Amino acid sequence: MDVLEKLTILTDAAKYDAACTSSGGSRTSKKGYIGNTSTAMAGCCHTFSADGRCVTLLKVLLTNRCVYDCKYCVNRRSNETKRTAFTPEELADLTINFYRRNYIEGLFLSSGVFRSPDYTTELMIQALSLLREKHRFNGYIHAKAIPGTAPELVERLGFLADRLSVNIELPSEAGLKTLAPDKTKGAILAPMRQIQTRNRQSREELVKYRHAPRFAPAGQSTQLIVGATQDTDFHILRLTQGLYDRYSLKRVFYSAYVPVTEHALLPAKDVKPPLLREHRLYQADWLLRFYGFRADELLDEKNQDFDTRVDPKCSWALAHLEFFPVEVNTAAYETLLRIPGVGVTSARRILSARRVGPLHIDNLKKLGVVMKRAQYFLTASGKMADGFRFTPDSVLRGLIAAEQPLLPQQEMVQLSLFS
Amino acid sequence: MIFGEFLSLMDVIYYYDGSFNGFLSCIFSSYACKEVPAGIYSGEDSAYTLFDSRIIRTNPDHADRVLRKITALSPEAAVLLRRGFLTCLPDKELLLLRLIYKLLREGPVFLRNRSDKTFYPVIKAVQHLNGEVHLLKGFVRFSDLGGVLGGEIEPKNRVLPVLGGHFCSRFHNERFFLYDRTHKEALFHVPGRSVIRPLADFQMAPPDEAEARYRLLWKRFYDTIAIKERENPRLRMSNMPKRYWNTMTEFQGEEHFVSPPAKDTFAPPAIQISLPPPPGEHNKSF
Repeated sequence: MDVLEKLTILTDAAKYDAACTSSGGSRTSKKGYIGNTSTAMAGCCHTFSADGRCVTLLKVLLTNRCVYDCKYCVNRRSNETKRTAFTPEELADLTINFYRRNYIEGLFLSSGVFRSPDYTTELMIQALSLLREKHRFNGYIHAKAIPGTAPELVERLGFLADRLSVNIELPSEAGLKTLAPDKTKGAILAPMRQIQTRNRQSREELVKYRHAPRFAPAGQSTQLIVGATQDTDFHILRLTQGLYDRYSLKRVFYSAYVPVTEHALLPAKDVKPPLLREHRLYQADWLLRFYGFRADELLDEKNQDFDTRVDPKCSWALAHLEFFPVEVNTAAYETLLRIPGVGVTSARRILSARRVGPLHIDNLKKLGVVMKRAQYFLTASGKMADGFRFTPDSVLRGLIAAEQPLLPQQEMVQLSLFS
Repeated sequence: MIFGEFLSLMDVIYYYDGSFNGFLSCIFSSYACKEVPAGIYSGEDSAYTLFDSRIIRTNPDHADRVLRKITALSPEAAVLLRRGFLTCLPDKELLLLRLIYKLLREGPVFLRNRSDKTFYPVIKAVQHLNGEVHLLKGFVRFSDLGGVLGGEIEPKNRVLPVLGGHFCSRFHNERFFLYDRTHKEALFHVPGRSVIRPLADFQMAPPDEAEARYRLLWKRFYDTIAIKERENPRLRMSNMPKRYWNTMTEFQGEEHFVSPPAKDTFAPPAIQISLPPPPGEHNKSF
């Protein structure tokens, strides 16, 4: 089989993985090597595919042969599909040639479980060593750690890659038991713990010895599938919070389940992927990581799922009207961050600008505050916008209208004059 | 439009050579003559006949004095001035001049307040430039032309001085060039050295077989990675505006992916990349 066909099959099999970022790495260019990782905090998108998702890395599987039979997965053993595998040379050649042409920021290598987790990981290590040592590749590499791999192999993988990830996929143990009978919670969490520990040790060693080898310097991430099981948003968000707190994950990705198979335990094939739900979870995820929110502030036992009409921050604000309005000239940074329409950047700008002189309502837009949302929740020098009146009802309507054009998966209903 | 108590608007237009040093010389002249020009234009800009005009000669010594003074007052302002000069902001010279006057009069405190009347248009334009640079770090596409990498871009701002640093560090062992179609200039890099030079016209050589093959592989990857059920052209367009598509491999027509049959008469015009004469032209501090 030629490389073009292999690339097609192994890309098609890898596309459901949501993670495709190159953030958090910091490789400066190195003599005799090609490449570096972007110095900016954010990663670098090289293109956007027709579904609007960022393409940063060459995201492929090493092989789509798999001994597991996870019901939700296109690569499950029982699925009749064409199977193939890259040789380490083919993969390294593709990566380096794509990289030189600036098509990609690096490689995202995942794989089906071929023979055993250990055997597969050894193949991955072979390919990555070739890339790093023979081709002198100094760009970004994201590699999958497969649950059940021997710790020594995960260790070697971690010194070759910038980021490792172990995908949890199904957010509850019950889901795992029914849909992924070959995986267990313990087997997934063990390498996560190992990566966390090794990453911390490596950071400590770096403080003492400047040239100490770096273990997965961009940390680890994971992915949760949304909509394949009955798990609620509250459950998923609490799990996320736990992963950030206890496993120091850099990112949790959410992947709206795209039905790929008919199975009694899974949504039917004509069910659309729950894109809006995925979107709300990402919004909430940002609130956890950058805005100082906790999972149980956003949802609770009574409200287990997000409001589809407004985003989680607005939803929180509407439930806590006693917190508002916030006076932007005096409020603390953490308080500013709670105002809908104020983000990390605009909150910092407010802090900086108000040291020069008092802020007025008409300054705020120039500082990057989204007034369509924020106008209900703040005052500047004691005042809201001139002649601005609202009731709790009109706030909700205003907030819904403000976000509407930005939402995914909209069934556009065109009003016709003639119907 | 009164900038300082001792300055008033004079009916005079400055012309300069379009270089950064030339612009700094304009600032010097304006300050030395205690006059604020009604416009500052580089040679190519449209003639303006209502006012007296004066041609400002570029004086490296004056330029240096201006830049040193600004850097001493605020290093951030110096960066802002350099970057601001690269933007596509209409009347950028005049807006930057106003910023400098305010800086000299009041000190750098107002630069903390983004909503400041003088500061806002400049920072907005600089952010537009920075944003374009950030996107282009990803969207630039190179072709391997017999060992030399070549790429083309069509930016709104003059991004090469800023963008160049990124690619020079990433591909420091490679020979490459990047052509800016909008501003008709190109960045040339050989290991250890790089320059930006005006280049009136440029035509990319057709791909050889290996190059065409990798282009095709990339196109296939791009088409395959999208999830059909999630198709969202609007989202793609807002993340990656169409004006960038022109120079990106994955949006090219079929002929982009085949190498033309070799002809005996076909002279390899390719690109002679035997450059660059004077070093230090490409200023990394942008």
